[in-house]
Amino acid sequence: MASAPRVSRRQFLATAAAGGILLGFRIGTAAAADPVAGAASDFVPNAFIRISRNNVVTILVNKAEMGQGIYTSLPMLIAEELEVDLKTVKVAAAPVGAAYGHPQFGMQFTGGSQSIASEWERFRQAGATAREMLLAAAAQTWGVDRARLRAENGRVIGPGGRVLTYGQLVEKARTIPVPANVPLKDPSKFKIIGKPTRRLDSREKVTGAAMFGMDASVPGMLIAVVARSPVFGGKVRSVNETGAKGIGGVKQVVQIPSGVAVVADSFWSAKKGRDALLVEWDEGPGAAVDTDALEAEYDRLARTAGAPAYRRGDGAATLETAARRVNAKYDMPYLAHAPMEPLNCLVSLGPDRCEIWTGTQFQTVDQANAARAAGLKPEQVEIHTLFLGGGFGRRATPSSDFIVEAVHVAKAAGAPVKTIWTREDDIHGGYYRPMWHSSISAGLDAAGKPQAWKHTIVGQSILEGTPFASVMVKDGVDQTSVEGASDLAYEVPNVALDLHSPKSPVPVLWWRSVGHTHTGFVVESFIDELAHAAGKDPYRYRRELLAAHPRHLGVLDLAAQKAGWGTPLPAGRARGIAVHSSFGSWCAQVAEVSIQEKAITVHRVVCAVDCGRAINPETIRAQMEGGIVFGLSAALYGQITLKQGRVQQSNFHDYPVLRMSSMPVVEVHIVPSTAPPSGIGEPGTPLMAAALGNALFALTGQRVRSLPLVRHGFEGA
Amino acid sequence: MTTFHVNGRAVNVTADPDKPLLWVLREDLQLTGTKFGCGMALCGACTVHLDGSAARSCVTPLSAVEGRRVTTIEGLVRGGRLHPVQEAWIEQDVPQCGYCQSGQVMSAAALLTAQKRPTDADIDAAMSGNICRCGTYQRIRAAIKQAAGRMGKGA
Repeated sequence: MASAPRVSRRQFLATAAAGGILLGFRIGTAAAADPVAGAASDFVPNAFIRISRNNVVTILVNKAEMGQGIYTSLPMLIAEELEVDLKTVKVAAAPVGAAYGHPQFGMQFTGGSQSIASEWERFRQAGATAREMLLAAAAQTWGVDRARLRAENGRVIGPGGRVLTYGQLVEKARTIPVPANVPLKDPSKFKIIGKPTRRLDSREKVTGAAMFGMDASVPGMLIAVVARSPVFGGKVRSVNETGAKGIGGVKQVVQIPSGVAVVADSFWSAKKGRDALLVEWDEGPGAAVDTDALEAEYDRLARTAGAPAYRRGDGAATLETAARRVNAKYDMPYLAHAPMEPLNCLVSLGPDRCEIWTGTQFQTVDQANAARAAGLKPEQVEIHTLFLGGGFGRRATPSSDFIVEAVHVAKAAGAPVKTIWTREDDIHGGYYRPMWHSSISAGLDAAGKPQAWKHTIVGQSILEGTPFASVMVKDGVDQTSVEGASDLAYEVPNVALDLHSPKSPVPVLWWRSVGHTHTGFVVESFIDELAHAAGKDPYRYRRELLAAHPRHLGVLDLAAQKAGWGTPLPAGRARGIAVHSSFGSWCAQVAEVSIQEKAITVHRVVCAVDCGRAINPETIRAQMEGGIVFGLSAALYGQITLKQGRVQQSNFHDYPVLRMSSMPVVEVHIVPSTAPPSGIGEPGTPLMAAALGNALFALTGQRVRSLPLVRHGFEGA
Repeated sequence: MTTFHVNGRAVNVTADPDKPLLWVLREDLQLTGTKFGCGMALCGACTVHLDGSAARSCVTPLSAVEGRRVTTIEGLVRGGRLHPVQEAWIEQDVPQCGYCQSGQVMSAAALLTAQKRPTDADIDAAMSGNICRCGTYQRIRAAIKQAAGRMGKGA
């Protein structure tokens, strides 16, 4: 039995960061070098906390806030141990620095749904350490034993009702040695962790005060809009700048590696200038890309042997002798992330310094890439991480595409420049979720149980060609291409999973839930097909095959029960179910669907999630709601197609996403757990297409094997 | 020069007459709460009130606002008090990334000015021009109903 090496995304990031060389630079130096804003008189027990003499507690968060609520849930961890009122805490974005890297991997990034999982110990430890230092300071001040003091609500309380605020203790606390390994609270004592808690950033987000990358400015700043090749990989052959230079406000037209930038005193002038540019392109092989042809090519490839990604039992051998065989093919398109905030990046470049203001998920990588583009050392690059108007993976590019480009523009223009992408630039800009094809066969025994499972996946590797490939691509298998299929939980004794990773000029990237976006759909649609082939209820069939997986069963049963699985529905409605594990969490969803003519209405989605200990149940619910909408948008409408190398979509009219009128009622149920916390940002996304497709089958008898549903004449009601 | 009112204040702006109000607000008047999302009135992130009604500022040229009253998200707070829609947004924990929320709040506030007790269908009609990629629609609906209840009581 052969088994491909299983390297998780975490391990890959760990090795990538620890290796250092892979990224071409050493990860930071001393934590002390981190430029943490604040007063010199502040008490700074560690890189995450500073307390001022006027009693303001500031928590520096090393993860980007892109909607997932991390500026609330990480401060909750510190506030719990520090004994402060969460509502009084100030939250600030951490700078780039070694102290802010991933505890195991070094790199500073936000992704893989692991911010809470990775910081769960460290943030509590940071809070507990600071609290102990404040208690020690009070003990010294009063000359009483530490054991007689307690910390509560930002104050230390001593015998006889004596009280000192943390602010009053700052000066003394600065002299206390940092204690090691302060014991953490017993979870039974938690006052903040586990309680539904409102976001701390809502007020600024509903008053227009929140600062996104798009809102950043510095004195003398110019705005650039870039003309990029209409096909991927094309190069500038010639430029006629006359029209652009005739537009009022246009200052310069500069060539950069990714195209031609029009630099102006305002966005409107820069955009008009860009539209007036005449650029001839050397299009190169990218001009031949055609997604219809690609789909046929992927189907052809799937009939040939690929790289073995996973084997269990005798692989596919049993398939030949099975009592019954079920075959299916699934196709999924390229997808754009389309965050609401179009990409942008402000760069101010000096002879020995580069300052960047943007929303990014990938600070350590960006710092290195920006330094290379600027001709500086990484430590000369400072990144101010602002709010991200959505990320979904698009702001974590191994090449730092939008940041490196902005550095080139600022360098060529000789001025601070904010490069702004239009929505069309964003939709045309590549870094898509790859196109995927799956060919899959199962052999059932007489009782309808699968005895063999052969699955061949075709799609571009996200990591091949990046510095991470040497760690995460093993024997031709990019682990992120097969995740969710290579860890098949269903009890099938013989499994063979193969992978083809064709190359293409179209840049691809992780898109909320990465490989699970396609494997979740394929595995959960196909198991449904098998249930129907076996003449069994899809929920019961899954249950039987997941007997050895209690956490799968936990969410499956909870979702089924809350959705009233098996109970009658109004005429014309049906339910579909799906269960999937990703990012260390388990999720099940039941979709309740009806159809009129070809208009699909998703009435209700019941979602059960097990993400270990719930830190902020309110955030967990919000992330499940959001993940479901993201998955539903893709299932109904999402597709990027190319003809003659040109992307055929451009804006929200031809790349539609879910709107209010199509929003189902979403109910989220959280499995109580004391297991370590795990991911919530992504696990809600991969199931929706399958749950919807399975409901459509129950309703119509028509099995949807390619997405989006609009391909089949369906529409969202 | 174009003269109009922004958040109760008269302003004079000298800019290209076809420059969209969105960019006038963001660049000439430093009111960055109004967001750029699509540039084609497809997503609603740029929603402001023009003489009290919701309008997409990304397709409203400067020349069209001469003498008119513009309210932006920054102008929704009156005397330091949040608009009931903003309060409801906070209480329902609506925002995620928050980028679309200025526009969502402005559309909702305009809806509640026009209709004191909007039905679900009214909410669908008024809010379906505002896209949220984070998927906060369910909470937006709840927040609109909450704000309607509060405003109905004259709170």
